[in-house]
Amino acid sequence: MKNILTICGREMKAYFASPIAYLLMALFGLIFGFFFYSATAFFVMAGMRSQMGGQNTPMSVNEYVIAPLLGNAGVVGLFLIPLISMRLFAEEKRSGTIELLMTSPLNDWEIVLGKWAGAMTMYLCILAISAINVGMLWFWGRPDLRPILTGYLGLILQGGTILAIGTFISSTTKNQIIAGGATFAVCLLLWVLSWVTSYNEAPWAAAIAYCSILTHFEPFSRGIIDTKDLVFYLTAIFLGLFMTARSLDSLRWRA
Amino acid sequence: MIKVEGLTKRYARNVAVKNISFEVGKGEIVGFLGKNGAGKTTTMRMLTCFLPPTDGTANVAGFDVIEQPLEVKKNIGYLPETPPLYPEMEVSSYLRFVAKLKGIPNGEITKRVDEVCERTAIAHVKNTIIGKLSKGYKQRVGLAQALIHNPPVLILDEPTSGLDPEQQREARNLIASLSGDHTIILSTHILSEVEQSCSKVIIINDGRIVAVDSVANLHNRRGASETVLVEVAGVPEHEVRGKLELITGVATVTPRDGREGTASFEVRSMEHHEIRPDIARAIVHAGWNLTELRAVGESLEEVFLELTKSEQGVAASTEAAA
Repeated sequence: MKNILTICGREMKAYFASPIAYLLMALFGLIFGFFFYSATAFFVMAGMRSQMGGQNTPMSVNEYVIAPLLGNAGVVGLFLIPLISMRLFAEEKRSGTIELLMTSPLNDWEIVLGKWAGAMTMYLCILAISAINVGMLWFWGRPDLRPILTGYLGLILQGGTILAIGTFISSTTKNQIIAGGATFAVCLLLWVLSWVTSYNEAPWAAAIAYCSILTHFEPFSRGIIDTKDLVFYLTAIFLGLFMTARSLDSLRWRA
Repeated sequence: MIKVEGLTKRYARNVAVKNISFEVGKGEIVGFLGKNGAGKTTTMRMLTCFLPPTDGTANVAGFDVIEQPLEVKKNIGYLPETPPLYPEMEVSSYLRFVAKLKGIPNGEITKRVDEVCERTAIAHVKNTIIGKLSKGYKQRVGLAQALIHNPPVLILDEPTSGLDPEQQREARNLIASLSGDHTIILSTHILSEVEQSCSKVIIINDGRIVAVDSVANLHNRRGASETVLVEVAGVPEHEVRGKLELITGVATVTPRDGREGTASFEVRSMEHHEIRPDIARAIVHAGWNLTELRAVGESLEEVFLELTKSEQGVAASTEAAA
């Protein structure tokens, strides 16, 4: 456990010692800020229109603003997370520092978990920027906290999955661009897999759609924690990290 | 301290290390000598548990590299060919990180970091970012990293490569100062380095060990005859030559280009004859000025070239036979 924290701590320092942490946080803040503005502006306009029309049905901030916003944050994450994960192992393999880690008294799992946890913390810092915008809603309304929390839980799980995949891909190459690009491609594919069910209702299509990382996020943004989705994300994270550990071990055999 | 038996490393297409065996005692400094690509790095990587051997066993500090890798790793300090440094970190925070990885208790980390900084003379750059250090300093930080947990065994892969002569000398002195407490294996392709800092030499060529011996023994490897350089001032060359040829035990006298006004020769003795005292006596007796009298041992370089060449010859002939 101590070793995991040591590696995680060094990863955090590496992110914050380079411009990448600040760049990613700024980019995310900018994009999310725009989404936030659009969503609230649209909400205000729709609210005015319904009042003018004489209808007085209450509109939910959670449903109209927060749920779509968190969904968008997930999509932005899809683009940004490969930028976080790409350096994890590729950089160490290129610079030779991997030799230090692999000749220190650590086991492979400690290295993998430490790296992933470091990247995860970086992702949480980025995600925290969005909480500023979401928190602002409390100045003017009273959103329901529970779906917001489950939504963030969903984002964390989804990000963790993409990071686990990215960690694995990073461990297979010395080239950060390849690691980032391949992670992005794989995650984009995993995202759009859900489209299959829209034109095909065969059981295999449902099975393919089940593999999509996005379909499992939706319930979270509506405030539902479904065991099925939880299991999907946790399994995917475990699988990604397991493959990373194997890939690290194979470095020894293939050299 | 280190015991290697029948160690072999086979890659998909070639065999990098073929069935090597050697032993290193406690406190010894052993030079691992070979051309580039001879299998030095591969052997060191197997000893540090970075690569598993295909065959054979290696025992480091009493632990087996295959069965007990964690124990082995605790007992070695390893400096790879390129020092494993994170350029964005400060020297001290890098060393603290390595100290934690090596399992040093939190309370002792600061003390250990200070100690190794002192030892490797990097205390004054402790707060510098590693990426901004010169190559020589980076190498020292790499060495500090290997020393941080005070391991009984040090494995240094080309510790002086890429340094300027001054830095090389410093690095050699530093390594020499570590002997005694630590058992050291260092690899190099610079022969003078081995002569200066190692007690024992392992010459490896094409994945095989071709010689394991002390530096002194390697020097005397070829025959028992000796070669002596003689320089005499102010006397015509032929006179000196005539005198030298008369001395018992002298086999050949070859003139060399000497300084102006001197007669200079390379004198080779017959086997089992020591000729230097006789030469000195003869020249002084004649009343000449002896300006130089020096035995030229066979340089390690020649031994090395011969050993690695003959090995290739053997390999070629066996291939031809097959």
